[in-house]
Amino acid sequence: MAEFRKIAWKTSVPVLALVLLIAGPPFLSSYWIGLLTQIMIFAILAMSLDILLGYTGLPSFGHAGFFGVAAYTVAVLSTAYHASFWTCVVSGIIIGTLLGAAFGLLVSHVRDVYFLMITLALGMVLWGLSYRWITVTGGDNGISGIPRVMTGPIPFYFVTLLTFIACSALMTLFVSSPFGFTLKGIRENESRMKSLGVNTWLHCYLSYVISGAFASVAGVMWAYYNGFVGPTYLDLTASSEVFLMVTLGGPGTLVGPALGAGAIVLLKNVISAYTQRWLMILGAIYIMTILGAPQGLWNLGRGSRSRV
Amino acid sequence: MKRVHTGFILLLAVSVAAAGSLVAGQAVARRPAEGPIKVGFIAPLSGPYVQNGRDILNGFLLYLEEIGYRAGGLRQAQAAPSLSRGGRQIQVIVEDDEAIPAVGLTKARKLVERDKVHLMAGALLASTGYALAPYIDSMHIPMVYPVVSADDLTQRRRSKWIVRTGWSSSQPNHAFGEYAAHTLKLKKVATIALDYAFGWESVGGFQRTFEAEGGKVTQKIWCPVSVHDFAPYLAQISRDVDAVYALFLGRAALQFMRQYQEYGLKERVLLIGSGTTTDEHVLPFMGDEALGVITALHYSAALDTPANRKFVAAYRARYKKVPSYYSESMYTGAQWFVSAIEAVGGHVEDSAALLDALRSVKLLDVPRGPVELDEYGSPIENVYIRKVERVNGELQNTVIETFPKVSQFWKYNPADYLKQPLYSRRSVP
Repeated sequence: MAEFRKIAWKTSVPVLALVLLIAGPPFLSSYWIGLLTQIMIFAILAMSLDILLGYTGLPSFGHAGFFGVAAYTVAVLSTAYHASFWTCVVSGIIIGTLLGAAFGLLVSHVRDVYFLMITLALGMVLWGLSYRWITVTGGDNGISGIPRVMTGPIPFYFVTLLTFIACSALMTLFVSSPFGFTLKGIRENESRMKSLGVNTWLHCYLSYVISGAFASVAGVMWAYYNGFVGPTYLDLTASSEVFLMVTLGGPGTLVGPALGAGAIVLLKNVISAYTQRWLMILGAIYIMTILGAPQGLWNLGRGSRSRV
Repeated sequence: MKRVHTGFILLLAVSVAAAGSLVAGQAVARRPAEGPIKVGFIAPLSGPYVQNGRDILNGFLLYLEEIGYRAGGLRQAQAAPSLSRGGRQIQVIVEDDEAIPAVGLTKARKLVERDKVHLMAGALLASTGYALAPYIDSMHIPMVYPVVSADDLTQRRRSKWIVRTGWSSSQPNHAFGEYAAHTLKLKKVATIALDYAFGWESVGGFQRTFEAEGGKVTQKIWCPVSVHDFAPYLAQISRDVDAVYALFLGRAALQFMRQYQEYGLKERVLLIGSGTTTDEHVLPFMGDEALGVITALHYSAALDTPANRKFVAAYRARYKKVPSYYSESMYTGAQWFVSAIEAVGGHVEDSAALLDALRSVKLLDVPRGPVELDEYGSPIENVYIRKVERVNGELQNTVIETFPKVSQFWKYNPADYLKQPLYSRRSVP
């Protein structure tokens, strides 16, 4: 019975959220539709980081780099070269993924805090590039005027929703596949996995590349939603924000990071409208989560035995 | 069980948020046609540019207080002068952009789509200005940029719905370059400036006219925006220059001035620069190291005109400090859009008419002097050459020369001017 309730609960929340997301738009003002679009894009990004952080146990602190590089690719191609929509979308995802493939070679052999430091450094390199490669990125001014592909917020909202559903389905499939279970095994005890004959380096590498690919999808969506890309989207603050979305929601769950993304985007936008001290509130929430639910909100009920 | 509990709370939170937004959406739909005039305001009110942002907001609020937060009733008031000033109430919604373009864009969305503002004003950094422009254009909401000075906003990347009432970066520097060559008789100048668009455009403008008049910029030194110590940059300045042109603002300006003196350069080499280097947002915090510095800008708090004396007195009385160019920018900016609101009789719902009115405003008697827009939408206004002096124990930017009615194109033909690339880090005239 308890098992049944657990499963019912596990599925009911995502399903209910989905129903609300599908049926909601006609009742909402364009501002809220915009916010929901943002939430879904950041949910994809947070879930992609969760593959690394939650499932493989690799704390990446440069994840906004993929997001930013994909967004910049769309921005550069669509404004300077007037490339078509599909060219931009496909190249954005491909370049983000290739970046993951290249960076993965540098980071896949290290773990824990060393992984964190190297990804942080790579993220800063990307940030520096966006800030100083002025002829391409526009430097500090960023790139604005990315053409709108759809009129009005509602069509774009549904495209984002479709992308969001597709990405979450793919990521769920991925983490519940044998490959995904191997990743969990690496997280729990890498040497044991090695002795079982698993090529852990390759698994970590592929997990990094796949995670980067999903982050690039989010970056492409963001470029089209926002119409503007600047260095602030791939700096350390941006990376740590995604990190916080995952840790707040609950790493290793996919649903948790998506909810975490929703919570943080809402907090940032809604609270800041009422008070200038909103950063304090956000900070207080982080501290309370760390103290009260160190495994993230979605893992609250889980017994302390299962490590995340 | 505990898990179900927390999940339930989460669910509840989601549904409450959804319901709240529903109510908010309906409330907006029922808005009457003649409510208050809503003005959205964006400036950095936290982060590294908070001082500048506050000054802009202060100037804005000072003007609105003077007119009692009402506009659009001038015609009725003229018909029946006995009545108090009529018109619609002006409601101001202030948002903080933290000096981050991405945040500015988010806040602009909130102001336009949630608060349904009729017009917008504000923005400080060029990067924020560029980030907002396409969005503002797509939403058809007129926006007044009182400060953002990025040249291309009114040159190669013009935006229909943005009305710049401030200045363009190179505008005062074109005049200053000529002044430096003719009046100051400088031959060789080194420039040291912050490494971003505002710096490049200002230095580029100065270099162009200075070199056209026979001078030579022999050295260009760029400091990162986050610079903390000027020692490595000051050491690079060559010994044979006649003057150093400096462009800084905020904390960097204070520190640069101090170190310029500490390194013994002040006694040897004349210091000139962009108006922001000695602007009144930093000048009260400087000491003797600032004396004698010559800069160019379209405003000085020491400007001796009746309109400016009145503004400075009112500002000092209200905020207990001297107004900076940032304060004046939005004081005039507010006056600008209030004139436009009067011109359309308060019917701000017709945003196209409001935009036309904004573009045809001409203010002859604002603190900085007469202002009007050229056909590209950038102000034609006076440029003042100012020298820092101590008067009654207080430092001020004494105006020593006025270039009247300077356009963003200086004396060049606009069409030819626009064929040249934008001033950049490496630009050579």
